[in-house]
Amino acid sequence: MNYFIDTDICVIGAGHAGCEAALASSRLGYRTVLFTMNVDSIAMMPCNPHIGGSSKGHLVREIDALGGEMGKNIDKTFIQSKMLNISKGPAVHSLRTQADKAEYSKAMRKILENQENLTIRQVEVTDILTQYDLEKIQRKNFSDNSSACNSSACNSSVCNSSAGNNSAGNGSSCNSSEDNNSANENSSDDKHVDHKSLTDSKDEQASENHEEKMRVAGVRIHTGTVYTCKAAIICTGTYLNARCLVGESITETGPGGMQRSTWLKQSMDHLGIPLRRFKTGTPARMDGRTLDYSKMKIQPGDPVVVPFSYSTDPADVQIEQVPCWLTYTNEETHDIIRQNLDRSPIYAGIIEGTGPRYCPSIEDKVVKFSEKSRHHVFIEPEGRFTNEVYVDGMSSSMPDDVQQRMYRTVPGLENCVIVKNAYAIEYDCINANQLKLSLETKAVDGLFCAGQFNGSSGYEEAAAQGLIAGINAVNMIRGREPLILERSEAYIGVLIDDLVTKDNREPYRMMTSRAEYRLLLRQDNADLRLRKYGYEEGLITQEQYDYVCYKEKMIEEETRRLKKVKIGAAASNQEILRSLGSSELKTACSLAELICRPELSYEKIAALDPDRPALSPDITEQVEINIRYEGYIDRQKKQVQQFEKLEHRKIPAWIDYDDVGSLRNEARQKLKAFLPSSIGQASRISGVTPADITVLLIYLEKNRGKKQYQ
Amino acid sequence: MNTTFANNTYIDKSRNDTIAAAATAMSTAGIGIIRVSGPDAVRICADLYVNAKGKHDLQSHAANTITFGYIEDRDGNRIDEVMISVFFAPRSYTTEDTVEINSHGGTYLLERILDLVLQGGARLAEPGEFTKRAFLGGRIDLSRAEAVMDLIASQNEFARKTALAQLGGSVSEKVRELRSEILYEMAFIESAIDDPDSYASDLGGYSEKLDSICENLLSRMDTLLEIGEKGAVLKEGIRTAIIGRPNAGKSSLLNYLSGTDRAIVTEIAGTTRDTLEESVRVRGVQLRLTDTAGIRDTDDRVEKIGISRAKEAIEQSELVLYLIDTSEGITPEDRSIAAILQQWKNDLPSVRKCIILLNKSDLPPVTDSDEVRNFFTEADKILSCSLRTGEGAQELGMTIEKMYHMGELSHQSEAMLTNARHREAVREAYESLSLVRQSIRMGMSEDFYAIDLMNAYASLGRITGEAVEDDLVEEIFSRFCMGK
Repeated sequence: MNYFIDTDICVIGAGHAGCEAALASSRLGYRTVLFTMNVDSIAMMPCNPHIGGSSKGHLVREIDALGGEMGKNIDKTFIQSKMLNISKGPAVHSLRTQADKAEYSKAMRKILENQENLTIRQVEVTDILTQYDLEKIQRKNFSDNSSACNSSACNSSVCNSSAGNNSAGNGSSCNSSEDNNSANENSSDDKHVDHKSLTDSKDEQASENHEEKMRVAGVRIHTGTVYTCKAAIICTGTYLNARCLVGESITETGPGGMQRSTWLKQSMDHLGIPLRRFKTGTPARMDGRTLDYSKMKIQPGDPVVVPFSYSTDPADVQIEQVPCWLTYTNEETHDIIRQNLDRSPIYAGIIEGTGPRYCPSIEDKVVKFSEKSRHHVFIEPEGRFTNEVYVDGMSSSMPDDVQQRMYRTVPGLENCVIVKNAYAIEYDCINANQLKLSLETKAVDGLFCAGQFNGSSGYEEAAAQGLIAGINAVNMIRGREPLILERSEAYIGVLIDDLVTKDNREPYRMMTSRAEYRLLLRQDNADLRLRKYGYEEGLITQEQYDYVCYKEKMIEEETRRLKKVKIGAAASNQEILRSLGSSELKTACSLAELICRPELSYEKIAALDPDRPALSPDITEQVEINIRYEGYIDRQKKQVQQFEKLEHRKIPAWIDYDDVGSLRNEARQKLKAFLPSSIGQASRISGVTPADITVLLIYLEKNRGKKQYQ
Repeated sequence: MNTTFANNTYIDKSRNDTIAAAATAMSTAGIGIIRVSGPDAVRICADLYVNAKGKHDLQSHAANTITFGYIEDRDGNRIDEVMISVFFAPRSYTTEDTVEINSHGGTYLLERILDLVLQGGARLAEPGEFTKRAFLGGRIDLSRAEAVMDLIASQNEFARKTALAQLGGSVSEKVRELRSEILYEMAFIESAIDDPDSYASDLGGYSEKLDSICENLLSRMDTLLEIGEKGAVLKEGIRTAIIGRPNAGKSSLLNYLSGTDRAIVTEIAGTTRDTLEESVRVRGVQLRLTDTAGIRDTDDRVEKIGISRAKEAIEQSELVLYLIDTSEGITPEDRSIAAILQQWKNDLPSVRKCIILLNKSDLPPVTDSDEVRNFFTEADKILSCSLRTGEGAQELGMTIEKMYHMGELSHQSEAMLTNARHREAVREAYESLSLVRQSIRMGMSEDFYAIDLMNAYASLGRITGEAVEDDLVEEIFSRFCMGK
């Protein structure tokens, strides 16, 4: 017998994606259940202890601007903060913090537990149920025991929804209930309640000619209980069918020794959504007391800390910070690795998953960059109240004995004691090409996917996707257009477009170079770019939004004023300029022109500008950037205009690529598989050439009006 | 179906720049027209035009009048005497302010004037853009264009190929080199920014290095632009290949063609392509002779035309003059060439023509035109002649002239157009790279270079076709003759 509980949205997995997704949907007023294998692993950081970093810091700011939680949570729990790339332009400034991992996780759990409309449930989800699956289960329940409806919970959900389904339904489910149940063994040894009734009809779901498209109607958990819902968001991270490898020692666990999940694989098969296998890895954690820091270089945080969140008072983040330490590998380290390469699961061919090139293991670094005689190693604390430190730069899947020897060759680590071995982890995920830009699957309406399950890597990438998936699950239910950010609007837009459109063969990491228009997508203006969307969706308050509008107005006015106000070559002015180390004026010049001088700034010319209005630093920062980089910003804006032309040319749903003559076969197949939503997206699919795009444009134009009435 | 454009919402209406192009074919015709349309049309032309008394008075001209005057460059040098007309919006073809400059024909003059207009702030019109503006302004509807669109769809692949072929191998090669060097620098900067910690390439001293790289790239672009201007004269005419086995009489034919008219325009070896080109006029028809094997050398050394060489020359031509020595008959080489010709013709029979010359009619023949026709089924004309005695040679000139006037042979004015578009693109790239150098001088950090490097890269990509055409309407009209 199944017990039924009705809700709106089910979020599967409570990592960084799941947390943001569940918070977004519950905050928007929809009943949400967040499933986790273990409540103690909520918002766990199983790999590095950073939030932010090059381009990832941008993601955190964008999440915050849209109304997500990550930025606020790290502001409460960081132990070191640093603005990267400050010697470079504002486009590549990026905030990176060291988190207190345990505190981060605890703080997020507290937020979740106290969120209205949100329920946390510790259990493995075994099935995503479509309307057809649900109908079948309900039918079976009735036939098993019609008196089961005595319970009021059952009454309300089963009877009502079953009636609804019948009216919209068809005869197909009757047929399927008669299908013979062939053996279909689950790889897990778990005893599971009544799982067979669905997974045995594995081929039936896809092949059967249902009259309406599959949509999510519920999820079933390991106990057999069914949560009926309108949308489900899969955020299983690295847990699904995970394997951890330390050389020859292989354990079937999720990250950090947590229990893995297994059942969802069969459910995905059942829905016709193929999975693939990716790999990632993490370095060892050591007992910090056993390291000799005198042999390393100290890496302190910034003297003045900038918070991640726009809601955080900067005064609250000026805390005492914890330093990190820099040391290096050497030829001795590399020799040990080279001699034992045959014992590395990757090089021995034991690992089948594909790993990220951008986050290489120390083995990879030694093999691929053999000309380098040393590699950076950063020693980073895992938190304030633990002695564990993270050995950044030396992730590995070597056997323990090799790890012990190799780490000890590094200066400062000679006597290190390993608490947790470095390991590689393999897991099931999807190719995100199966998703729409809303992160909804193309195959099943109402089924969304986010985070590492989509083939990305990184906490920030996961959180960003989770937020968007949560918002869009709600939008689907409330009948609104999905929130899709463009590449020219946000790193999140770049991230999702890349995942969904491009051919990614390894875990995808955000990088500044992936964003074409990064001078416009700065970490300092995420609020100006995205607050309005957060407000429209309902995650940003009126007050927060009003401030951004005010800020925008003040930036504009002040910029205009600085361009207009001129100062003359009066002796007093020349005197001030001389004292600032700047050259004297020959003719009158605007304040804006002065700000453009490399040696001057908005702040420095205050004495020349006695009438300036009192403005907060976040406003004057924008004014200064606008003035100083005006030419570049204008040129980038032109590039965006060019880009948007193709982006806004939508491909209608009626298109039949078989009907488009003179498309090359490869392009035709790719387009059919991807179903891009715009010409711009189509042009980014690998294997689709400019000539194919031209053919497509002409076809669409020829058939304008002709087809749309069909 | 009758598509009208009442609801053409996808059209970018914000576009209000000024465009210019030659409205007549870039050819040796007696007169040529440059059309300029858009809000700045009158201002731009007013700067260039002076009346008979040397006054810049275009702004005061009445609408729909035509006036005599001169076009001057910025330094006041007179370029040409012209008749100029001004049309004010909305009473013009494009419904915008429009100026038409009627100059003496000739590619060179038209190009010079067009260049001045572009430098004055106009943008080179995309093919068909005047027509596009006409329908945007409500002058015509698109139903007329329906038939054309079918043609475009069927010819798309081919059009792309020819556009590339017209480019000439070495130009696109050079552009590709420039692009890949720019790309390398972009990648270098990106990788350094992406990984500030562990793999940051050391950017110390990089600015100086990039500055000298830009300097080098700029000087190469300069050369390309310069050659483009000098080479413009060479670019006109029907691209013609003279093919034949050694001693079939190629050099005699060349001498004959050159001798029929003293107006050999110019002769430059290896300007834009590493081949010899010669422009001759045969009974008023301009031919651009190409021989990748080096036409002038045939007398000096025993030379064997490889089949591949012949193929290359054929593929880049609109007219092939194929010489057969009737005293030797048809050889296996001839058969191979026949196959190549057939393929070439089939690709585009309406504009590709082949004339076979049965040379050495003064010697006893081992083959005749019937046998030749069996092999060269694609030949448009088979003529018998003796280039040594001159007998029958005149008939060749007359045949070419007749084919030209019948419209069977045409100048590919697009070749010229392509050229001007490419120059525009190179100029844009030049400007972008200059901005990179400016950023370096101003001490900007490396990530700022990327914006202009990206622009330079994109501009050059438009030449090699590696950038996606982005405007549908432009695309639809791109096969209309330019300027109409």
